[in-house]
Order: sequence, then C-alpha cells, then structure tokens
Amino acid sequence: MALPATADAADAILRVEHLCKYYPVSRGLFQRRQLLLHAVDNVSFEVKRGEVLGLVGESGCGKTTTGRLIARLTFPTTGRIFVDNADVSKIQGADMAEFRKKIQMIFQDPYESLDPRMTIFDIVAEPLNVNGMGNLEEREQRVAEMLSLVGISPPSAFLFRFPHELSGGQRQRVAIARALVMNPTFVVADEPTSMLDVSIRTGIMKLLAQLREDLGISYLYITHDLAVARYLCDRIAVMYLGKIVEVAEAEEIIKEPLHPYTRALISAVPVPDPAVKRPVPTIKGGVSKPINPPRRCRFYERCPVAKSTCAEQDHPAPREVSGGHFAACHQL
Amino acid sequence: MDPLLKLDDFTMHYRTKAGWVQAVDGVTLSLARGQALGLVGESGCGKTSIAMSVMKLLPYNSKVVRGRILFEGRDIYSMTDGEVRKMRWKGVAMIFQAAMNSLNPVYRVGNQIVEAIVTHEPETSEEEAWARVRSLFELVGIPKERMYHYPHEYSGGMKQRAVIAMALACNPKMIIADEPTTALDVIVQDKILREMDQIRRKINMSMIYISHDVSVIAEVSDVVAVMYAGKLVELGQADDVFKRPRHPYTYALMRAYPSILGEKHELATIPGEPPNLLDPPSGCRFHPRCDRASAECSKADPMWREICPGHYCTCHNPVEIGGTWVGQVRSGKAADGGDQLGTSSNS
Ligand SMILES: Nc1ncnc2c1ncn2[C@@H]1O[C@H](COP(=O)(O)OP(=O)(O)OP(=O)(O)O)[C@@H](O)[C@H]1O
Ligand SMILES: Nc1ncnc2c1ncn2[C@@H]1O[C@H](COP(=O)(O)OP(=O)(O)OP(=O)(O)O)[C@@H](O)[C@H]1O
Ligand code: SF4
Ligand SMILES: [Mg+2]
Ligand SMILES: [Mg+2]
Repeated sequence: MALPATADAADAILRVEHLCKYYPVSRGLFQRRQLLLHAVDNVSFEVKRGEVLGLVGESGCGKTTTGRLIARLTFPTTGRIFVDNADVSKIQGADMAEFRKKIQMIFQDPYESLDPRMTIFDIVAEPLNVNGMGNLEEREQRVAEMLSLVGISPPSAFLFRFPHELSGGQRQRVAIARALVMNPTFVVADEPTSMLDVSIRTGIMKLLAQLREDLGISYLYITHDLAVARYLCDRIAVMYLGKIVEVAEAEEIIKEPLHPYTRALISAVPVPDPAVKRPVPTIKGGVSKPINPPRRCRFYERCPVAKSTCAEQDHPAPREVSGGHFAACHQL
Repeated sequence: MDPLLKLDDFTMHYRTKAGWVQAVDGVTLSLARGQALGLVGESGCGKTSIAMSVMKLLPYNSKVVRGRILFEGRDIYSMTDGEVRKMRWKGVAMIFQAAMNSLNPVYRVGNQIVEAIVTHEPETSEEEAWARVRSLFELVGIPKERMYHYPHEYSGGMKQRAVIAMALACNPKMIIADEPTTALDVIVQDKILREMDQIRRKINMSMIYISHDVSVIAEVSDVVAVMYAGKLVELGQADDVFKRPRHPYTYALMRAYPSILGEKHELATIPGEPPNLLDPPSGCRFHPRCDRASAECSKADPMWREICPGHYCTCHNPVEIGGTWVGQVRSGKAADGGDQLGTSSNS
C-alpha cells in the first residue's frame, strides 16, 4: 500500500505504519461469542516536524483510539509507530519515561481526565514535579504563566480551586495548560477546544501556532470542526470507520474534496445564520458498524456514488490523485 | 397562559477560597411551552450555572442571592424535595455537559435507559421500554447491537448521543441541553438536531439549548439569549440577534466565527482578557473589552431595555442597525456596515 508520505522520512517526527486496533466485544446480553470491533484498521500516515496534521471524521470512527495508540496509552493489535525514526511501539521502563516527556496527550473529555482531588495548581504542576523541574517558586511562576496563556485569568483566582469548581471550557483549558507545561515535542490534541466559544478558541489556536513557531512543537489535532482544522492545520486526514479515506493540504481538501464522505462532511458544515437552510447531506442515512465489517469499502452502504464493483473488491487503498492529495475510493 | 419557566432577577454566587464568584447576576427571562431558547456566551460566563439552578442541582458552595425561578408558575426554591423530584422526572430532563457523569460505568447503556423509562413510567413494560430504546438508538445513530455495551466501550460522541437518547426517553415537558453536540461531527449533529426539533414540535416540548456554537444555536432556536460575565446582555428572536446584533459583545462574537466558506482571512478575536467574576468590572461588565465604550460605561450599569419590539439589550451605546461599526473603522478595515452579517454566507 502506498504510504501517504509527503517528504523524505527523515523529516517526519511521527510515522505510523499499518496501525490496527481491534477490540473484542460481546454481541448481546446472553451471547458470549466474541466479535472484533475494528476501531483502527490499517492506518498509515506521518506528521512532519513542526507540522499540524488534522484528523477529522465521523463520531466513533477511531480518532481517539488512533491518538491513544500514538501516545502509547494502549497497545496496537498490529502495526508500528515511529517517533524520530525510532520504533516506539514496544518501549518500556526508562525509555517510556523519556517518551512521556516528549509526547503529551490532551484528552477529549475534561470531565474525565482531570483528577477531581487535585487543585488546578497541582494538576498543571504535576508533570514538572514528576520530572523534578525547577524549585517551588519557579513552578508556581510557570503554572501561572501557562494558565494566563490559555485564558484562565487571573490565575490567582483559580490556582486553589478543584476541577468541579470550573466550567467545562475552563477545564479544557487547564488540560491544555497541563499538556504544554513541559514543552513537549509532539502533542496529540483530542478535541481540545470543543467546549470553547470562538473568541477563546481563536486565542488557543493562536497559542498553539505560536508554540509551533517558537519551539517547533508538532501536533496531531483531532477535531470534528472543519473550520478549526482549516485555520490551524497544514494537512487534514479524514477518517471513516477505522480507515483514513483522504489526506491533503487543508485548503485543498476544503475546496476540492475528492472522497464522497469528505464531500458530504464539508457540505454539511453549518453556517451561523438562521436564514441559511443547509441542504440535507447527500450521504445516505444509516449507522456505521465497525464490528466484523464485511470485506469491502467501509463507506459502501452510505455512499451516494457507489457502484456494484465497490462491493466486490476489498476496501480501496489510498491513492495519490494529485500531488500530495491521497484518497481511497474505487470511483476516483 | 403562564410561561413554562420564568427566571426573575435570578442571582447566584459560588463561594471559593479566593472569594465569591458572581456567576449569575440578575437574569430575567421566560420560556413558553414549545419554545426553544438558545443560550450562548463565552466559556465561564454562567450558562451551566443557570441550567443547574433551574434543575435545582446547585453544589454546596453556591448561594441564591436574590430572585426566583418559577416552573409552571411555582417557585422551585420553595418546593419540597418530593415536588422537585416529580418536576425533574416528568417535567424537565437535562443533558449534562459532562456526558460521562450521567452514565453509570458499571451498567450496560441500554439497561440504564430501560431502567430510567420503567422507573419514570411504571405502566410501561420492559419489552416496550427496550423497543423504545432501540428506536432511540436509531434516532441518535448508534447501531442497536451496541445497547449491550458498557460506557467505556463507547467513543466520546457515542456517550453524548446515549445521554441524548436517555433525556428523550421519557417525553419530558422541557429539555435543558448543555453543549449536547460538542463531540459530534456535522453529519451526525445535523441528523440529531433535526430529529430533536421534530420531536419537540410533535410533543410541544420546550427546550433550552446551551452552546458556544453560534451556528448550532442559529439552527435550533426560536429565541436567543446572549450572556456575558454572568449577565444577560441581549435577547430576541434568533433572526434579529444574529442578523442585527445590537450589543457590542454579540457583534464581536458573530464576527469572530471562522467559516469554511469563502477565502481564508485573519481570525478576529475579542481583545482583552475574560472577566474576573470574583471582582467583575464596574458599570457594564464588558466595558474593558468594548470598542464602543464611553465614559459612562465604566460608571453605570446599563439598563435592560427593549431596543426594538421583542429585542432586548443592555448597552449604553448599542450597535446601530446597518450603521458603521466603530471597531471596523478603528482597525482600518473596510466599513462595510452592520448589514454584512446578514450575508455571512459570503460566497
Ligand atoms: N475500550 C474499548 N472497548 C471496545 N470498544 C471500544 C473501546 N474504545 C473505543 N471503542 C470503539 O472503537 C470505535 C472507535 O472509537 P474512538 O473513541 O476511537 O472514536 P472517535 O473517532 O474518537 O469518536 P468520537 O468523535 O465520538 O470521540 C468506536 O466504535 C468505539 O465504540
Ligand atoms: N462549583 C463551583 N464553585 C466555584 N465556582 C464555580 C463553580 N462552578 C462554576 N464556577 C465558576 O462560575 C463561573 C460560571 O461557570 P459555568 O459553569 O456556569 O460556565 P459556563 O458558561 O457553563 O462555561 P462553559 O461554556 O465553559 O461550560 C465560572 O467562572 C466558573 O469558574
Ligand atoms: S455599555 Fe458600553 S462598554 Fe458595555 S457593551 Fe455597551 S458600549 Fe460597550
Ligand atoms: Mg473521540
Ligand atoms: Mg458549561
């Protein structure tokens, strides 16, 4: 399978090859027979140094699982992950501790990810403590600085509160501050701004862009918001049911989407105007079933342009349709 | 007829180590039967606090300072616990911002919803309840065989959808949905918003829809309320508020919205820092960040007034309809008038 590689491999901070994650699930209340849920299914891509790669796709298509695999929070069923050209799929012990310093994950749900017993100060300072960075005064300063960067201001009003004393968006920003406090080299950001209003979100987007400029941080930016992806990401990868179906430069994918799923996704983006009635998405209804999927294009059942040949062949491999623009569809 | 819900000068504060957080301040609004109200505002401005106040689910460190909340004409803060429970069961359902907190991690998702149905409606048989769960799963787009899975086997957006299904399960009179679609892609979101809208019209349910996403609010609301720093700053028909915003905060909010349509341009933000609710700015709470602020803005709290029929706003210097926005001239951009927002599809 052609890897959607854009530059020579040495340039890549992250590379994943044929990554798969299958979860065993039970079929029903009384049937104990194990089935496999294909959360991530043969996914390959890379992120260049200093690049922001956006990962978008349907709810439940495997974005978080991909992020967790990369952050080594769960083991891949098969496939390999390279960071700085070193295979990190199996590292342990001291290597793992070193890895955790470099790679940070911002979790999707700030109600689950912040320890309810710790104060905001302790939460953000924890990575510094664990790695023995600075004395108490320096840590306090660093934490306050990070909090004001993410718009938790004034920090003094928040330092000694607990997560339950914060609003949803404030928790999200605390999670961002915690992930960035160590100056990581790679950040997996899973819907980090989903609860933020535009103004604060733009502030955070500018902050992330600034840090990438200053410190060369690279990101895998998981989002369902295409407008955000357009502004923040260099390239966008679109996922559907465990597969990456399209990758291209952000502007290109927004303006010239190729895959029928991407087309439907872009046509469905709402406009902030009550007078504009959006067309009903061109995609067929129905739900996506990742459990023991049949061997054909994953999008077949819902695809508006599917032909019978799509059902006869296996899921299509990504193909470079034009320079750097990959899509996985038999009809292209 | 009485409105279903009425907030009357409602004011609620939280106690913290650093002082009192003035999270909700003098909020007055009402919601008719069958009406959908959209509540927007900056993160931390008090939206969830209003929702929790209406549900009477405020934490121990909160204090209702003044005002009342009336549900079907009755003050909920003078109801007995039994009456409140009854109101919550059949009357009001809430979709919490923390989706995970409303699912029990040790029970299969389907069982939880079935249980909710049979406790609230003892006349419903378990089979009927399961049938209802199946159709609700279809409605929110989760394959029905996944009814038998545990919450931790769900993705973020699937949990959110399960919670939506749970809220709809008992045909409530009113739903308060607090950021219910933050984890959903546009196609799934679109489907769910349409379905919820249909149900709402069918059973004449009222809805308070809290979201930071102006485009979602634009699609689902009849009436829109805009909050800033614990106060209501603008209220009116969705069309009026979005096309002819009069409060400078609403105006700035509408302009900051990134679009996937048209050419990419520099994203606008609202300058300055989010307000400190421990010690909110004097006068108009927006004045330190406002382009239109005049001398009196920092001194006097602007009055809540009806600026056009059915369109309320609190501002000393509201944005003129179709006029030139001062901020645009100051920042050197083309003065293309307030009307520009009406055509935000800028194709
Ligand atoms: N621990 C688990 N056990 C079983 N199935 C799981 C587990 N974690 C995730 N899944 C399933 O794997 C699929 C992909 O989930 P994932 O969380 O990666 O989706 P996602 O793209 O992040 O979706 P969302 O946008 O809704 O958060 C889903 O069908 C989900 O139910
Ligand atoms: N239990 C609490 N104790 C102290 N302060 C609190 C508590 N809950 C919320 N707050 C504070 O009250 C203010 C309003 O919070 P609320 O949760 O209502 O905001 P919100 O508008 O829902 O924001 P978001 O969009 O980020 O969820 C915030 O500044 C928050 O920090
Ligand atoms: S009252 Fe003054 S400061 Fe407040 S929004 Fe209006 S013009 Fe701006
Ligand atoms: Mg996810
Ligand atoms: Mg909230």
